[in-house]
Amino acid sequence: MNWEYESPRKAYGETLVELGREMDNLVVMDADLSTSTKTAMFGNAFPDRFINVGLQEQNMMGIAAGLATTGKVVFVSSFAVFATGRAYDQIRQSIAYPKLNVKIVATHGGVTVGEDGASHQMIEDVGLMCGLPNMRVIVPVDSNEVRRVIKFVASENGPFYVRLTRTALPNLTENDDSFHFGKATIMRDGSDITIIAMGIEVSYSLMAAEMLSKEGIDARVINMSTIKPIDKDAIVKAARETGRILTVEDHNIYNGLGSRVAEVLVENYPVPMRRHGMKDVFGVSGKWNALLEHYGLDAKGIANEVRNLMEVKI
Amino acid sequence: MAEVPQYKIRELRLKANDIRRWVIEMTWRAKSGHPGGSLSAAEILSVLYFHELRIDPKNPDWPDRDRFVLSKGHASPAYYAALAMRGFFPEDELLNFRKLGSFLQGHPSLIVPGVDMCTGSLGQGLSAAVGMAIAAKMDNRDYRVYALLGDGEIQEGAVWEAAMCASTHSLNNLIAIVDRNMIQLDDFTDRMVKLDPLEEKWHSFGWNVFSINGHDVRQIIYALEEAKKSDNKPSVVIAHTVKGKGVSYMENSPKYHGKPPQNEEEYKTAIRELEEARRGI
Repeated sequence: MNWEYESPRKAYGETLVELGREMDNLVVMDADLSTSTKTAMFGNAFPDRFINVGLQEQNMMGIAAGLATTGKVVFVSSFAVFATGRAYDQIRQSIAYPKLNVKIVATHGGVTVGEDGASHQMIEDVGLMCGLPNMRVIVPVDSNEVRRVIKFVASENGPFYVRLTRTALPNLTENDDSFHFGKATIMRDGSDITIIAMGIEVSYSLMAAEMLSKEGIDARVINMSTIKPIDKDAIVKAARETGRILTVEDHNIYNGLGSRVAEVLVENYPVPMRRHGMKDVFGVSGKWNALLEHYGLDAKGIANEVRNLMEVKI
Repeated sequence: MAEVPQYKIRELRLKANDIRRWVIEMTWRAKSGHPGGSLSAAEILSVLYFHELRIDPKNPDWPDRDRFVLSKGHASPAYYAALAMRGFFPEDELLNFRKLGSFLQGHPSLIVPGVDMCTGSLGQGLSAAVGMAIAAKMDNRDYRVYALLGDGEIQEGAVWEAAMCASTHSLNNLIAIVDRNMIQLDDFTDRMVKLDPLEEKWHSFGWNVFSINGHDVRQIIYALEEAKKSDNKPSVVIAHTVKGKGVSYMENSPKYHGKPPQNEEEYKTAIRELEEARRGI
């Protein structure tokens, strides 16, 4: 497929700088990873509104909460594993419970972190954040959507968790300013099965659908960028119209996109479904695309899951 | 420094006694709550709410108000009592502490008028206070931020993250107070984790340190006055106190960290002792 690849982290940093010009009350924080998360771009442009706390993720979340009580809109960034794992209790007690205006934008979500290995490959973050009352969770599909999402969460009061990947992503959507929060997008229509994916896995799902179309399997592909609140209508409609659902995520199949979709299906319109993702195992070191192949999270692996699910009679 | 008049000292001691009375009343009626660390902080809260803090109960969201973070959130009975007595909400509401339908949650929540930060999970309040103090600097506002920590609480590592961060940012508008009552839930603090030399620890983290008797309102006032003179450092007041202060059977007893009076007799004893103490003020 002829896609243009772009770094979602860079898109995040650029958007912060853009927002910084418009919003005097925007403050950005980081914990010694600003050159990786790209918040350093904001720090260079607005040094007085950038706080790099050093290696203090827990303190960072608490400070963000304190800043937010005074009317600041606070973006905090780190790798997903540290932002949500290391500082979970601070997020729970000091940000989610009081519903403070803090946007946690974590980079390096998922196994696609690559060479750093399991210690840095966060595959539980979406589950951790979805479990928190008041927290809303978004996994942008590409860099264009990152720009829309960052502008959206800056304009909405209250806490958000936004998960970005380390790797460049193909731009599957146009560069415009309207993010439809809570709405899934059909990226490719189909009638035999629906693949519901998040983040980087949407592009691989589209590639899988292309492969499958040559075998006569007509797969719908949905980008579920808002994980919480999830788009129930799109899930039920897909179940009703295509009869089978496969979820695909660079995240543990427990507590992630697959679990959210399964909850909706079981309560509303049960159909055969499978959850594809990290199957309750920690990752290993390797190049990010080699890892996707290793865990069957590339186009070939997804296509195999679809074929297996097509065997189930409905 | 101007001498604080005797009538003011007496008034603050009486307010501390009122706070203690409420702590017993509230925890007795709720059949739960944390009297020990509430009683030890009565004078500190009295001085803060009736002398020190620049606040307006009619305008709890006033942007230039001083902030207070009760980082040892379990001392909520004493905190809520001080807020109600200061006029943030009717004192009658204190009788509904910890009951379904009341905004007086077991630990401080932002739905309580006058509360600047929700707390309860120990070790987080100082970070929030640092955030508020940084915001004051960013916005060129002259309010100060006060945080009250427990001595058990500072066993949490995140407190020391915040302590290092505060001195790095030269937050001279931040004042922490440690309620050094020597006792935590399970045991005496130093049998759990050695905190001493506590003054030296804070000093080495880049803070001004004041060590006082936390039941002497005059010493609390003077320490806070000195702390406010800092030009480039955050300040900490180590307030040496007695856990359960004012109720004989609760004093220096880990048992009453998180237990209310256990029966009618204990309740009456506590009230009687506090009334006797009041007559002596």
